[in-house]
Amino acid sequence: MKASNRRVDGVTILDLSGRITLGEGSVVLRDQIRELLGKNEKKILLNLGDVTYIDSSGIGELVSAFTTVRNQGGELKLLNLTKKVHDLLQITKLYTVFDVKDDEATAVKAFGK
Amino acid sequence: MRQANYRFHLSRQSQTQPWMRRCTTVGSEKRFMTLERVSYTLDSTLDSVNKAEQTAEELAAKMPFEEEDCHRIAMAVREAAVNAVLHGNAYDPKKKMTVSFENTGEALVIKIVDQGRGLRDEDIPDPLAEENLLKQSGRGIFLIRSFMDEVKIRNLEPGTEITLVKHIGHSSGAAMEGTK
Repeated sequence: MKASNRRVDGVTILDLSGRITLGEGSVVLRDQIRELLGKNEKKILLNLGDVTYIDSSGIGELVSAFTTVRNQGGELKLLNLTKKVHDLLQITKLYTVFDVKDDEATAVKAFGK
Repeated sequence: MRQANYRFHLSRQSQTQPWMRRCTTVGSEKRFMTLERVSYTLDSTLDSVNKAEQTAEELAAKMPFEEEDCHRIAMAVREAAVNAVLHGNAYDPKKKMTVSFENTGEALVIKIVDQGRGLRDEDIPDPLAEENLLKQSGRGIFLIRSFMDEVKIRNLEPGTEITLVKHIGHSSGAAMEGTK
């Protein structure tokens, strides 16, 4: 998995691509979240538009990222879910746990000031 | 290229639903592939998980499944293989995972066996329960059940055998819709 980040109006957008699975993307995602929190960047938008595959370990890593950011007083939202990821979050009942957006500008505005 | 320890076993041949009919040599290993059933023994590594997933997708694609079902079968096999390698065998190099695929003509039947402590169905927590929703792990078996038509877990004491069945012409789409 590849990850890069950019800042838009005080929100850090983490663009992810590839697979988030055990032994591949999970560790990358965990490290990225830890690094952002270490820099006090607590408004995080995960752009999953180019994530082609996610397994239960990857779902677990998304949940972990969500709770870690929240526990530090931040916000984490999801952007641009593919159908596969959308379906996985639906059947695991996580779709309503995450704040999911499909438009970047709207998502950025949805973060608290 | 991934290096894995393959040991294929011959089984009864049939002219129905031919998968493959070849014997190839990879390094010093001979791979025997039959028409109806293929099984192999793999080390307890993540490479083996990837190999099992990849093989599932390739074999499912040779059967009359829709593309979406091929993806779900591959994902179910991945989850079962992760359970076998990680939770069952705990990456122990002395323990192996056996994976078999059988095309019965009516279904794809996959068995994954590990040599771990053994898993009891009743000990698996419900990942949809309120108290488990935000847990990092525990969704693998649930996803397998969502994607396959039949799932059986057998505690071999020691070891676990999980059997996954996907019937031909029986899309899992309706089952997934029902969870929404």
